[in-house]
Amino acid sequence: MMEKIITCTVCPQGCRMTVTGEELHVSGVTGNKCPRGAEYAQSEFVCPVRTATSSVRVEGGVRPLVSVRSSRPIPAARMAELVELLRGIRLEAPVAMHQVVFENLWNSGVGVVTTAEVAKRRSPQTTGC
Amino acid sequence: MFHVQCDVAVVGGGPAGLSAAVAAKKQGAQRVCIIERDKSLGGILQQCIHAGFGMTYFRQELTGPEYAARFITLAREQEVSVLTDTMVLRLEEDKRLICASGEHGLTEVCAGSIVLSMGCRERTRGSIRIPGTRPAGIYTAGAAQRLMNCQNKTVGRRVVILGSGDIGMIMARRMTLEGAQVCAVVEIMPYLAGLTRNRVQCLDDFDIPLLLAHTVTKIVGRERVEGVWVQRVDEKRAPVEGTEHFFECDTLLLSVGLIPENELTAAAGIEMAPITNGPVVNQHMQTSNPGVFACGNVLHVNDLVDHVSAESEIAGRAAARYALGTFGKTLREAACEAGKGVRYVCPQRLCIGEDLEETAMLYFRVGAPMGAGEIKVESGGHVVASRRISRANPGEMEKMAVRLGDVAGDTVTVSVEPREEKQ
Ligand SMILES: Cc1cc2nc3c(=O)[nH]c(=O)nc-3n(C[C@H](O)[C@H](O)[C@H](O)COP(=O)(O)OP(=O)(O)OC[C@H]3O[C@@H](n4cnc5c(N)ncnc54)[C@H](O)[C@@H]3O)c2cc1C
Ligand code: SF4
Repeated sequence: MMEKIITCTVCPQGCRMTVTGEELHVSGVTGNKCPRGAEYAQSEFVCPVRTATSSVRVEGGVRPLVSVRSSRPIPAARMAELVELLRGIRLEAPVAMHQVVFENLWNSGVGVVTTAEVAKRRSPQTTGC
Repeated sequence: MFHVQCDVAVVGGGPAGLSAAVAAKKQGAQRVCIIERDKSLGGILQQCIHAGFGMTYFRQELTGPEYAARFITLAREQEVSVLTDTMVLRLEEDKRLICASGEHGLTEVCAGSIVLSMGCRERTRGSIRIPGTRPAGIYTAGAAQRLMNCQNKTVGRRVVILGSGDIGMIMARRMTLEGAQVCAVVEIMPYLAGLTRNRVQCLDDFDIPLLLAHTVTKIVGRERVEGVWVQRVDEKRAPVEGTEHFFECDTLLLSVGLIPENELTAAAGIEMAPITNGPVVNQHMQTSNPGVFACGNVLHVNDLVDHVSAESEIAGRAAARYALGTFGKTLREAACEAGKGVRYVCPQRLCIGEDLEETAMLYFRVGAPMGAGEIKVESGGHVVASRRISRANPGEMEKMAVRLGDVAGDTVTVSVEPREEKQ
């Protein structure tokens, strides 16, 4: 049996919960003030997931970077791995909002998309908007 | 001089300015113009690439740039005009704005009413006075965020963060993921300044130590930061002898609070409020200059952008009514006061007109963290509104609606008192 203290982040109450269980099985949750907390504790105990955000290089854009996010939460433990993967990516301007960077990350069905647009850098001789 | 005429002029194109502009248009103002000093709209949200925005406003978890993009699209659809790369230098009494524009040079904007939404800037080392040398490697957390997220610059390898505000915690995660080592987040108060969610997801997830009731007492290093001395503090926030600890690091990030950017407002002779460091407003977000309104972080520092959007819509609608000449008459006024347990109340005034059914939203913060309690709004010796809460935190803004017809006398007092929690 393992015991783990988990702070609920579902609402600002931030209940401190004690979860007991083993690997994929939770046998008890205490300290939660509502059922949503127990549900959160369950998923945090088994496999905590987070929405991953980072940025990716852009070539020929008005800005050198574009922000990106995972389309769904990914296992928190693989966050660093994803950031590392994104370091090797180069996008070509113009970049559209929600442009797909990875369609199916690690065959998990999760995608990575941009969260901003980056216009193409104008060549120095052209003027106007 | 380049000249622009409009009904409502909005200073600052962050989430506050964008919501105000869209609301002003929807209220019927014909020509609404946003003036923004940056090259693009969105304000501080452009650099907040993490998720956690829009949970109450859109009922969806968005990143900062996505949240901003939704409002930029709305502004475009509503045909709000925009002057970017244009800084407002002065606000004249007769609702003229003197601006410097990259494209047009000196520019004058004449408006029927004005919305101030300039946001805020970060407190720097100067404003908190840490002794020691003056080496490179000391950044405000927001400046470091901009360098990393917008300009692709590396900030440092070993980092200590002073202040447990949200920006600092978010940067702790970001820098860790980018390969830096965050030695500690140091907070002078005995409680967290930012949101619990950020502590869990940004510090606990990466085993970054959080030192509450500690502060940085000295910075060491000649050319570049070489380390910082950290010490525990007592109840009076004075360093405790014998608790000194040295952290070797090349970077110190400061996340020690935000200051509303009100040079324009103060120079225009608009009445300012001492605790919020923003203008004094009534429930329509109207300042002491009747044609000038204020919203967002320039009014009081907000932790959630969702609140900013809601509050800014009030300002935008009121500014449009003012410009159109349909702003209601005020028959009497009441002052909003912070009672027991409350640090400040915004708006600071209520103006009561003919419509007694109108409700006004009071935003406020408690002075210190507390458990179960009761919020009470009192006026003329009666409780006019109350609500039970199970906890309150200075880092999380509370709000309470009051029906204007219930306001008796010339003050309205908001207080929060602890209550026994029944099992
Ligand atoms: C790092 C960070 C993380 C945050 N995280 C979250 C979060 O997770 N969730 C959440 O809900 N909220 C978060 N917030 C809070 C939220 O982003 C702010 O409350 C919101 O951006 C405030 O909007 P604003 O329009 O008042 O100010 P700003 O976004 O600062 O916009 C002000 C604009 O005015 C312009 N301006 C200023 N002076 C002038 C002038 N004289 N002339 C022309 N233009 C001018 C500025 O350039 C800027 O674009 C965070 C804030 C920061 C800084
Ligand atoms: S357990 Fe329920 S009340 Fe407690 S923080 Fe989670 S959601 Fe909120």
